[in-house]
Amino acid sequence: MRRALSPVPVAVICVLVALVALLAYGLIQNEPDRGVEQSLAAGERQPAPEIDLPKLGGDGRGSLTDYRGRLVVLNFWASWCSPCRTESPLLERWHRRMKGRGTVLGIDGNDVTSDAQDFIEKYGLSYPMLRDRDGDVSRGYGVVGYPETFVIDRRGRIVAVQRGPVDERFMRSEVEPRL
Amino acid sequence: MRRAAAFLTVLAMAGMPAAAVAKDCPQTTLGDIEDEVMCPICGTPLGLASESPQAQRERAYIERLIAQCKSKDEVKRALVAEFGDSVLALPGDEGDTGVGDVLVYVVPALGIVLAAAGIAFAVVRWRRARRRAGTGGALTTADGTRLEDDMERYDL
Repeated sequence: MRRALSPVPVAVICVLVALVALLAYGLIQNEPDRGVEQSLAAGERQPAPEIDLPKLGGDGRGSLTDYRGRLVVLNFWASWCSPCRTESPLLERWHRRMKGRGTVLGIDGNDVTSDAQDFIEKYGLSYPMLRDRDGDVSRGYGVVGYPETFVIDRRGRIVAVQRGPVDERFMRSEVEPRL
Repeated sequence: MRRAAAFLTVLAMAGMPAAAVAKDCPQTTLGDIEDEVMCPICGTPLGLASESPQAQRERAYIERLIAQCKSKDEVKRALVAEFGDSVLALPGDEGDTGVGDVLVYVVPALGIVLAAAGIAFAVVRWRRARRRAGTGGALTTADGTRLEDDMERYDL
C-alpha cells in the first residue's frame, strides 16, 4: 500500500513553487519592450503610438498628429537625468536646423514641473514640450530610462531609435537624410 | 502712558498669529512622508531609494513643500499632481479602496495565520511521534541492567 504524503512537506513544496512562479512572473513583467528594435531589424516600420498629453507648464494639449507631414524627433527626458543635459543643446541646434521640415518634440516624464521649466530655461530650449505625468506614453514606447529618442517619419512611423543620449552622428545618419 | 500701553497691546496681538503659524510649522517631516510615497523611477518607496537622482529631486521637492508649511496630505496631493497616483505607496491612499488594496492587508495576515497553524500542526505531530517512540520500544534486558547500575551509581 502506498503511504500518503505528510501535509507539511506538501505545503512547503506548494509555497516554494508559488514563490518561484511569482519570481518568474516579476521577471517577465519587468522585461523591457524591445518591439521597436525588433521591427526595425526586420526592416519594418511600425506606426508610432499616439500621443495626447498636456503641454508642459502651459495650457492645452499636444499630440503627434499636430506634426503629421513633418519629421519628428521624439525625445523622452527628465530634468534630473544627467545625460539629458549633454544632449539638450544638440537637440536645440537640430530643432532650429529642421525648421519647417521637422521638429524635436520633448516629452518630460517623472519630473517636477518647476524643475523641468528651470531646465528648459537654463538650456534655452525652444522646441515644444509635453508632460507625461504618469509615464503612460513612455511605457507605450518601451522607454526604460532617460533619455531615449525616436525618429518618426512624415507618415507617423518609427524609423530609428536611440536608447541613451543622441549625438551628432546619430542625428546626421538617422535624421538628416529623412528631412 | 495709555498710548504706549495700547501700542504694546496692538503689537502683541499682531505678533500672535505669526507665533501661532511658527508653532504649527513645519506640519510634517521628510522622514514621515518618504515611507508612504514611491520613487516612481526606482520602483521602491522613496525611503529605500538611496541616492538616485530622481529620488533626490523628489526629496528636495518634498522639503520645499514642507518649508511652505504644507501638511502631509497636501504634500501627497502635490506629489500626485506631479507624478500621478502611482507615487502613493500605501494601499487605499488613492481614496477608492479597491479589492487589491484590501488583499494587500488580508493576504499577509492569512499567510501568517496559515504559517502559525502549519508550525503548530508540525510540532503536535512531532511530539506525538516522539511520545509513541518513547513508549513503544521496551528496554532490552542488557539496557535495563545498565540503567539500574547507572541509577545506583548516581544514587538516584
